[in-house]
Amino acid sequence: MRISLFITCYNDTLFPATGQAVVRLLERLGHTVEFDAEQTCCGQMHYNTGYQREAMPLMRRFVDIYKDAEAVCVPSSSCVAMMRDHYPKMAAETGDAGLARRVEELLPRVYELTELLVHRLGMEDVGAYFPHRVTYHASCHSQRSLHLGDLPLRLLRKVRGIDLVDLPNIDRCCGFGGTFAIKMGDVSAAMLGDKMKDVENTGAEVVTAVDTSCLMHIFGGLHRARAGVRMAHIAEILAPTESDAEAEEAGA
Amino acid sequence: MTIRVSEADRAPSFQKAALPLLEDAQLRKNVRHATDVIQRKRGIVVGETSDWQDLRSAGSAIKTHTMRHLDHYLEQFEKACTAAGGQVHWASDADEANRIIVGLVRQYGGTEAIKIKTMTSEEIGLNEALEREGIRAWETDLAEIIVQLGRDRSSHIVVPALHKSRVQVRDIFRERMNLPELSDKPEELTAAARRYLREKFLRVGIGISGANFLVAETGSVCIVESEGNGRMCLTLPRVLISIAGIEKIIPRFQDIEVFLQTLPRSATGERMNPYNSLWTGVHAGDGPEHFHVVLLDNGRTGILADEEARQTLNCIRCGACLNTCPVYRQTSGLAYGSSYSGPIGAIVTPQLLQMQHGQSLPYASSLCGACYEVCPVKINIPEVLIHLRGRVVREQKSALDPEALAMKTAAAIFTSRARFEAAQRLGRIAQWPLVTHGWMRNLPGMLGNWTRVRDLRALPPQTFREWWKQRGKSGTSAGPAAPLRSARRIAEDPSHG
Repeated sequence: MRISLFITCYNDTLFPATGQAVVRLLERLGHTVEFDAEQTCCGQMHYNTGYQREAMPLMRRFVDIYKDAEAVCVPSSSCVAMMRDHYPKMAAETGDAGLARRVEELLPRVYELTELLVHRLGMEDVGAYFPHRVTYHASCHSQRSLHLGDLPLRLLRKVRGIDLVDLPNIDRCCGFGGTFAIKMGDVSAAMLGDKMKDVENTGAEVVTAVDTSCLMHIFGGLHRARAGVRMAHIAEILAPTESDAEAEEAGA
Repeated sequence: MTIRVSEADRAPSFQKAALPLLEDAQLRKNVRHATDVIQRKRGIVVGETSDWQDLRSAGSAIKTHTMRHLDHYLEQFEKACTAAGGQVHWASDADEANRIIVGLVRQYGGTEAIKIKTMTSEEIGLNEALEREGIRAWETDLAEIIVQLGRDRSSHIVVPALHKSRVQVRDIFRERMNLPELSDKPEELTAAARRYLREKFLRVGIGISGANFLVAETGSVCIVESEGNGRMCLTLPRVLISIAGIEKIIPRFQDIEVFLQTLPRSATGERMNPYNSLWTGVHAGDGPEHFHVVLLDNGRTGILADEEARQTLNCIRCGACLNTCPVYRQTSGLAYGSSYSGPIGAIVTPQLLQMQHGQSLPYASSLCGACYEVCPVKINIPEVLIHLRGRVVREQKSALDPEALAMKTAAAIFTSRARFEAAQRLGRIAQWPLVTHGWMRNLPGMLGNWTRVRDLRALPPQTFREWWKQRGKSGTSAGPAAPLRSARRIAEDPSHG
């Protein structure tokens, strides 16, 4: 399948390894990945902080770039939530019926990565190998907006070598919340403290999620505490195979 | 018109009010414990129902319909209530409601009143208004007694003393009821409250209540409660005055059926409230001889006029959104500067105050959506919060506000590929004085709020798009396989994020 990657602005700039893992994984599964360099940002930060006017051109931009895509892969549930929850209303508000129609036609072809794998491509075992103790953080948008349920866990359970441990209070927000983490820094820190305790109690080496943004926050706190826990976007766990590990051993 | 919501117009911002609360280990322990217990109970009794989502939809439909025709149903209520022997008063704001109630207490020669827990009376500052006129107001809800005697503020719309532990309650009772020997056993505490209350129930001739529901069709008023103290206030006094926001109306008697299933389950995790009181006007020889209803606007018609935020008025004050909210859980309701706290308070208070006060409240949420998920009338609180943030930005922020400038700059960057790529390159260069061993630990300005408790990885030497471009240049159409941060490096390499 021809899959258009919307990498998201923060993965592009701060976490290129997430995007590289998505490319590696999808190509390994026999698909063609396309990347249109005109893409920038979905507008979520502006929209959710109250700058809805500023988000409008970013919505138009997204629709223009992907209107003919076969499938759009977005490795971030909160960006997909932005599109599904708000783009239709934003488009309607412009009074541009053509735009509203294009949004309506495009959205069913926009997939969060694990949705793409399980729902569109019908896969749970992607042939991955990741021999580490991992705990999965269910981000708020993945649970309550996209209703991913156990999709990510179904994929993770099929990974060879993985020691997957349940994260207690999995339904509770980590305290990131976009600009919330800055504007309400102290409350966000208190929420982060609770989440860090839960992560550390699992004894996991790696905390994963379908959103690098929550991970940036959780791992930022863990790193400050020198907790010895790493972060990895779920794509980074689903991409590597046993032969990658062998190659690494041989090279090392 | 002077709209007031408790002391919200003088309250500090949420982030400021939160600071001392976050330091209060006892309060945080109390709030964690209480919200965990209520949530667990709620989960069980909601799980027992086979039609919970349908009940939510039905509640939402009834309320949404009512708000569209509120004028009609309010007049219908007034007619029916009057026909049954009640008297209806209309109050456009807090002061007018207080004047009406003070006037009624005086009219019946009262110098004191017993009160059922009512958030609306806290909204308008009724107790203070009565005290100013020399009228003593006695709270009778156990939690409200704790708050009143402790000269404290409510921290929860259903469980106002949720932030107090049993030992703290004992200390308040010991001091204020003059019972130095009192223990913290629940039986002893409730017995003390009982003795304190009985004498007032039998002596005081005027009762003041709120209302859970006003039934337009019959003119009835409904109150649900757990202790029975409310029932005492509704039946013993000669005069009963009920104050209710105009949004408390429901059209038909049979509509109560939906809410008596959802409200107790959502509020206290009970299948049914122990006391469900429902009365219509007055009846000779049975209950109060005089019954008055004060219908309060105090900013509600302003909310009704805003189509995108109107659903705010559908709230039935169950408090489920408070218990599930990860922000409320850290601060309690005391940080919201209003009688209405938690996610619902964050949308109610600033709107009642026409966005002139409480502008920090719409930002007191990580938009996690837990509130919407539990709301028994399906108020999409995150959506309303975002809408209100938009109003704060458009109506309050100057163009020179640092946040507004940063957001507009970011928007300009995101609308152009060239500017976006230039910003990525510039960031990589500009960050160098801030980076130590690949990490930023002390960022300036607003971003300093990030690095006070979190490290931030330095911008990597290559963005994803730069890697993609480079990959396209070298070799086959598909390019070489994407590099991997190997499993071992993710798990072991400390320089990697």
